[in-house]
Amino acid sequence: MLRKTFETEIQQVKDDVLVLGSMVEKALLDSVDALKKRDIKASEKIFAEDQAINGKRFEIENKLMVLIATQQPMARDLRLLASALEIISELERMGDYAKGIANINIRMGDEPLLKPLIDVPRMAQKGVDMLHRALTAFVNEDAETAKKIPMEDDEVDALYNQVYRELMTFIIQDPKTIERANWLLWVAHNLERFADRVTNICERTVFIVTGEMKEIKATDDEFWKQQKQ
Amino acid sequence: MLQNHEIALSVNNLNVYYGGFHALEDISLEIPARQITAIIGPSGCGKSTFLRCFNRMNDLVPSARVQGQVLFYGQNIYDPKINPVEVRRHIGMVFQKPNPFPKSIYENVAYGARINGYKGDMDELVERSLRAAALWDEVKDNLKKSALALSGGQQQRLCIARAIAVEPQVILMDEPASALDPIATLKIEELMQELKKDYTIVIVTHNMQQAARASDYTAMMMLSKEGSRAGTVIEYDRTDAIFTRPKDKRTEDYVTGRFG
Repeated sequence: MLRKTFETEIQQVKDDVLVLGSMVEKALLDSVDALKKRDIKASEKIFAEDQAINGKRFEIENKLMVLIATQQPMARDLRLLASALEIISELERMGDYAKGIANINIRMGDEPLLKPLIDVPRMAQKGVDMLHRALTAFVNEDAETAKKIPMEDDEVDALYNQVYRELMTFIIQDPKTIERANWLLWVAHNLERFADRVTNICERTVFIVTGEMKEIKATDDEFWKQQKQ
Repeated sequence: MLQNHEIALSVNNLNVYYGGFHALEDISLEIPARQITAIIGPSGCGKSTFLRCFNRMNDLVPSARVQGQVLFYGQNIYDPKINPVEVRRHIGMVFQKPNPFPKSIYENVAYGARINGYKGDMDELVERSLRAAALWDEVKDNLKKSALALSGGQQQRLCIARAIAVEPQVILMDEPASALDPIATLKIEELMQELKKDYTIVIVTHNMQQAARASDYTAMMMLSKEGSRAGTVIEYDRTDAIFTRPKDKRTEDYVTGRFG
């Protein structure tokens, strides 16, 4: 096989993306767990550790730039490296959602949770599960799987919708809960966006394999549709 | 893909034989006018043979036999009535190694025009051609100097000036930069971008990055099938498509460096 060195370096990039992905997955699950337990110390740690995620992203970005400059990738290799650039930027922002949730927990201070968290951890678990499989599909260059994962975004949207309605009932019953409801609404919103970004990652994997750059249509409007009904 | 272009050259069912050896197999494609078309492919797949079909250079090989048509603005250049010397006046060529005549810079450029009985202002023609080849500023004070004293990159630009001086419509380039250093190579590539405003350029190159950087369209050549030694065009598309999303697996393997 020609270009053995380059092949090895591409494999290294994939491994690095997986490492970054697992950092983000852990941060998100931890951020929701810390909120659930109202563990402010844990949230402060997650908030600080976002630096490591950003650092890893820059490190991979730099490696990719060097590979592009020195190896002159073409066709599928080029699509893969360009997609990796896009994917690490998505991951870094997904890390920011975890940081955002950590920040909410910190800012809530001594305020108790408005309600026990049930659907919010489910959203986080679902989003992380989708991300994990999306990154596996990326590493395996598996377009078929990558096309299917975004369809599961509807489940996250449905959970978001449920959380939204539930919090609205709290607000209607007692307007004094607005602020505490709003904290949780922000958390749910971050989780909803987290799952949306999984779709962007899947689109890149399809692009690597097929060369076609197009949006995968998950029924992203599900949430708003249900609000209108 | 070429609907917005005037077509300078049309190749129809081209087959080339050297004696009993089938060198090119059934090639059909169109070359757009005032664009740069690159021909790429592994060694021995017939790129240069194909390029030489565009101005009947294969006529100079005694055993060569060409079947099919090459139409130059609709006129078949292989029509028996056509004089191949006349063809080469319209379709010039620049070779891999710079091959200036052992004469002065001025005489190199003026040579073709003199032979053709050029009646105009020769000084003006020489200056115009050297300017078009981006060489004028470097040689204007030394036009009497031997062309052989120039650097390789300058010699190649002189050969381009010499080709331009007879006012062709098409310039064929066979690996024009393969003997040059990277800076001289980039100068030739920049020059090609200037030249394409007036000329149709077809370039054979081993350097894929050069094809990717410098051309508008790319034809990928390869041996037609396993065990065959005849070359053919397996994919022809816009250069950006060939290098980012080729359709043929063999093109993909070649441009990503996994061929062989």
